[in-house]
Amino acid sequence: MKRTVAMFALAAALGMAASPASAQTLNSVKTRGMLNCGANGTLAGFGLPDAQGKWTGLDVDVCRAVAAAVLNDANKVKFVPLSAKDRFTALQSGEVDVLVRNTTWTSSRDSSLGLNFTGVDYYDGQGFMVRKSLKVNSALELGDASVCVQQGTTTELNLADYFHGHNMKLKTVTFATANEAVKAYDTGRCDAYTTDASGLYAERMRLANPDDHIVLPEIISKEPLGPAVRHGDDQWFDIVKWTLFAMINAEELNITSKNIDEMVKSTNPDVKRFVGTEGNYGEQLGLTKDWAVRIIKQVGNYGESFDRNVGAGSPLKIDRGLNKLWNKGGIQYAPPIR
Amino acid sequence: MSIDLPTGSRPPHVAFYNDPKVRSIAYQVALCAVIVFLIYGAATNAIDNLDRAHITSGFGFWYETAGFDIGQTLIAYSSQASTYGRAFWVGLLNTLLVAGLGVVLATILGFTVGVARLSKNWLVAKVAAGYVETIRNLPLLLQLLFWYNAVLKALPPVRDSVHFWGGTVLNNRGLFLPKPIFNSGFGAVEIAIVFGIVVSTVFYFWARKRQEKTGEQAPVLWTTLALVIGLPLAVLALEGFPLAFQFPEAGRFNIAGGVEVLPEFAALLFGLSIYTAAFIAEVVRAGILAVSQGQTEAAYSLGLKAGPTLRLIVVPQAMRVIVPPLTSQYLNLIKNSSLAVAIGYPDLVQVFTGTVLNQTGQAVEVVAITMLVYLTISLTTSLLMNIYNSRIALVER
Repeated sequence: MKRTVAMFALAAALGMAASPASAQTLNSVKTRGMLNCGANGTLAGFGLPDAQGKWTGLDVDVCRAVAAAVLNDANKVKFVPLSAKDRFTALQSGEVDVLVRNTTWTSSRDSSLGLNFTGVDYYDGQGFMVRKSLKVNSALELGDASVCVQQGTTTELNLADYFHGHNMKLKTVTFATANEAVKAYDTGRCDAYTTDASGLYAERMRLANPDDHIVLPEIISKEPLGPAVRHGDDQWFDIVKWTLFAMINAEELNITSKNIDEMVKSTNPDVKRFVGTEGNYGEQLGLTKDWAVRIIKQVGNYGESFDRNVGAGSPLKIDRGLNKLWNKGGIQYAPPIR
Repeated sequence: MSIDLPTGSRPPHVAFYNDPKVRSIAYQVALCAVIVFLIYGAATNAIDNLDRAHITSGFGFWYETAGFDIGQTLIAYSSQASTYGRAFWVGLLNTLLVAGLGVVLATILGFTVGVARLSKNWLVAKVAAGYVETIRNLPLLLQLLFWYNAVLKALPPVRDSVHFWGGTVLNNRGLFLPKPIFNSGFGAVEIAIVFGIVVSTVFYFWARKRQEKTGEQAPVLWTTLALVIGLPLAVLALEGFPLAFQFPEAGRFNIAGGVEVLPEFAALLFGLSIYTAAFIAEVVRAGILAVSQGQTEAAYSLGLKAGPTLRLIVVPQAMRVIVPPLTSQYLNLIKNSSLAVAIGYPDLVQVFTGTVLNQTGQAVEVVAITMLVYLTISLTTSLLMNIYNSRIALVER
């Protein structure tokens, strides 16, 4: 799979006809009748297919929302499971239209990889998981430890920075996929496993004895995770960006998948602009007036998605923390639709 | 009554475009032009596309700080100070280490099994046949995963490490050997080793020449052992043993100190050697069977025993058949070492086309460099084997 993606990327880069960088994404998605979405595939809460092959997750919901806005069907998404290592190549080469794979927004990725990050769907930070039996209470006690890590991630870089910054020695064992890294940690190859804190909670559930492991309190980095699209197609960039903003705005306006039908009749000007009974904001994006209604009806607002996938309504039970809305003590904030 | 024949044997005039020589050159020129055009088109198109998508291109990344850590480094490397270029060399050396050792191990094991399969001992022959047929018919990736998981699962955790005599420690973090530390005065021992090797080589050639001339045999083995091992040991004792060992000790999490052999490395080395040895065994068996039975009978009738017959008569002739296919097995082993990526051994592909490619995003450059490196390693191996092959080839007189 990895090889295939790399080879495809090379072939595409060596560049026969498939030149994906023009402003054609919206049209090609519509013609295809299907959105190609690069997702994780192995991370509970963010992107994971169930036994019936139905994908769920916070990241997955962003793709479903884009499909609802563009194709009026949240199920018209083809999810492509990508490893951390191959994800950017898959987006660059046009294999996927959107990449939503718990990907950290950094300056170098934004500028030199030919991508644009459209926003942040989860504010995360990197942490460590260790065995309780090691009696370690802080990441600062991990000097000289072996740490399992997934390749091709900001995690890999932060890990080296953190240990170096605290004058601690480090033995990294690097694996191509999170699955392999977690398995090696579980068999005792490493003392600690490191990834984004949300991932640690999700991966802990897959260990042989989840209760034997603890997540250390230190968060060693900023990891704003968000969707990304290719450079050079501003219209598509806007659509993906405003899809996520619509979900966040809906939560702020108390518009949910349950009350959306009443909200369409609302007289509140903010809500009227949102549902498209006032103005033509959807058309300005290249969609229809009721684009946001479709998103909320078929997928729900940001709060609903968070709760269902990673929050209180899910097995992960992650506290919303930074991901609360700005007016509720968090930093999730979307520009207004008007 | 004579018929006038055209004088001379000049062929009838042919238009230049019908001249086969001209035609063949023209076709080749046209083909070359098409290929060059395609490559040029692909290259400019790629550069154009990368440019338009604002993807950085070029080889400037080589000098940028890497920022990530590597599990096994044969040369000095640190995430904060080393460049992507340095990371490339670290990966390349790791690949060469596992490939080099793999070739040696696979050759020894392969020759042993190949000869064993022809043994008259029923049990030995059947065990060798079973080995070859099992190993040869299972996918290598599966075998690597088996070795890695078998090695990991079977070994004890750090706290229950197995301690061997001599200070060697084994656990699921690896095998830790005592690390020799050379103090001043060890130089004399090094000189003694070099001296021993040179003198014993000279002695070997002298003894061979003398045997060819007079038939007298010299004790080559014992002289060599005395010169290469005995002499340095004697010098070591004379100098008062200027040699210390750093023994691995249990730290807070890991074993600290000593020479570390990673389980990933061990699994990859075992997997590659055992897999390739099965193929080499078949190559060796084919080579030996290709030597006519009459050669063996002739040797026996001259009074040679089974051992010298194999060593002096059969194997030298079999080598002519063995070497060319053996070369391809070596190349396979070297290329298969890139499967390291599946079990987390930091070889060239894992470090360079894995992490470096991902951090820089420069797929075209990184993949091209990696391809060139494998091509170079393979062609060099091939060249060396061809030189060896031409040396042992049948010289017709």
